[in-house]
Amino acid sequence: MTSQPPTLSGKQAVVEGLPDHPAIKALDGWNSQAITDARFDFGELTLTVAPTAIRDACVAVQKAGYNFFEDMTAVDWFPASPRFQLSYHILSFSRKERIRLRAMLAQSDPAAEPTIDSIVPVWPGANYFEREVFDLFGIRFAGHPDLRRILMPDDWEGYPLRKDYPVEGYR
Amino acid sequence: MSKNPGAPVLELPATESAGERRMILNMGPQHPSTHGVLRLIVELDGEVIVSVKPEIGYLHTGIEKTCEAKFYQQVVPLTDRINYLDPLSNNLCYCLAVEKLLGLEIPERAQWIRVLLTELSRLNSHLIWLGTHAMDIGALTVFLYTFREREEILRLFEAVSGQRMMTSYFRIGGLAMEPPLDWLDRVQHFITTFPEKIDEYSNLLTGNPIFMNRLKGIGYLSPEDAVALGVTGPPLRASGVDIDLRRDMPYSSYEKFQFTVPTSTVGDTWARYEVRLVEMRESTKIVQEALDGMPGGPVKADAPKIVLPDREKMKTEMEALIHHFKIVTEGFNVPAGEVYQGIECGHGITGYYVVSDGTAKPYRVHMRYPSFATLQAIETMAKGRLIADLVAVIGSIDIVLGETDR
Repeated sequence: MTSQPPTLSGKQAVVEGLPDHPAIKALDGWNSQAITDARFDFGELTLTVAPTAIRDACVAVQKAGYNFFEDMTAVDWFPASPRFQLSYHILSFSRKERIRLRAMLAQSDPAAEPTIDSIVPVWPGANYFEREVFDLFGIRFAGHPDLRRILMPDDWEGYPLRKDYPVEGYR
Repeated sequence: MSKNPGAPVLELPATESAGERRMILNMGPQHPSTHGVLRLIVELDGEVIVSVKPEIGYLHTGIEKTCEAKFYQQVVPLTDRINYLDPLSNNLCYCLAVEKLLGLEIPERAQWIRVLLTELSRLNSHLIWLGTHAMDIGALTVFLYTFREREEILRLFEAVSGQRMMTSYFRIGGLAMEPPLDWLDRVQHFITTFPEKIDEYSNLLTGNPIFMNRLKGIGYLSPEDAVALGVTGPPLRASGVDIDLRRDMPYSSYEKFQFTVPTSTVGDTWARYEVRLVEMRESTKIVQEALDGMPGGPVKADAPKIVLPDREKMKTEMEALIHHFKIVTEGFNVPAGEVYQGIECGHGITGYYVVSDGTAKPYRVHMRYPSFATLQAIETMAKGRLIADLVAVIGSIDIVLGETDR
């Protein structure tokens, strides 16, 4: 942690600053509109893709050598819109490097749960992680083989990690 | 509160011709060989496992939600309680993530003591794994041996932090305080005698025909499956995938240490046993290297607005008193941004994802814990085997339920 790497903000700056990055090349090669925003800070690369494109984006980076699904989770930016941010951390064993794929998911109808494509067909290891996000944030994953609550009891009401859910729970 | 905290009703499988012989067996949540409160819903055909469905969440306490209501420095004690067998790795991972956000430079001595303690913590974790794993298989003696050495490690933890298990010794910006005067000598004494203790365990188990029969060829996991299912740590390396974040993406000065990463290509429970046993020897070497090259200097970063001042200064200097008061009552603001820090803990890759909105409390803390992901592979490993082998498989993935449920 001696010197912080420079921060690059915006797609243009990142593409110019990291011209040979395989993940950027793979996503741009698949669809030049795939990356909607990008950021490089704290030595970590964040690529934002449209929520409808997340599964294809995962396939594209997997082909580029990002072979290991490490983590995924959500962040609730309530009351901002789009409300949910989904962060996928993908590791490359050969390049010893990690990227973060990000999808901003809007909640168009407050009564319904927002939906995004599941990436379990790409990485089966995402199964429990998506169940956890479903359990705690109430985001549905289309194409998930077994979308049930995982940590909370099956009949629990509400999604505890949403920002409008009180810390002590509903009384 | 939940209306019905009890178990959901199990649907029996559709009765095919073979389905009539099938039986659903609940293993756990209270079962000695599930290492906590893991519940496995096992579908059996005679004694052969057809499917295994883990049910977790019995230890869920909402730590991620709690973090959002605490100051950054108050989260450290919460992290101890997640993986209670490897507490210092949790502390380290969280501190590294926040320090990355803050851009803090950690003094070398603090980094080396962190490495030393994390390796002792790894030994602690592996010793418990070895003892309980052997006990599951029926070798009760090993448990008593490993807990004897674990006690020594816990005493070392107690000497630096005042706590045997919930250490909270690593703080944002360094360590809580300088270790006591003779502490490094005590570590030296322990680490000199430890390799022969590993020989002792090895003598009890490695040539033992019962142990070998119960482990060899059981719970095979192919490298492709291991990568696809998110398995990390010793189970991944035992399947022939050579990845260890300590060497490959070094943090906290690990790049200055020489060690080898044991791997095996066999991929069964025996390979996992062998890999962990060699890992214990390697950890011993790292601790020795840390002791030999221990640099001098401070153990806290020079950041008076983030790191608590020494007690002595706080009571004699006005400025230190003001900083102390500010940090304790208002915390410190962390620049907005998001970071992910991954480290190699005893069980595999632990990762902390910290999102800051610029205030003194984290906007979101997410923990990736290896047991949570590795649990997904249990069905692949146990399918088609006998139910008795399931116990060996559970032992070999070294599961800690505190970290799956958080």
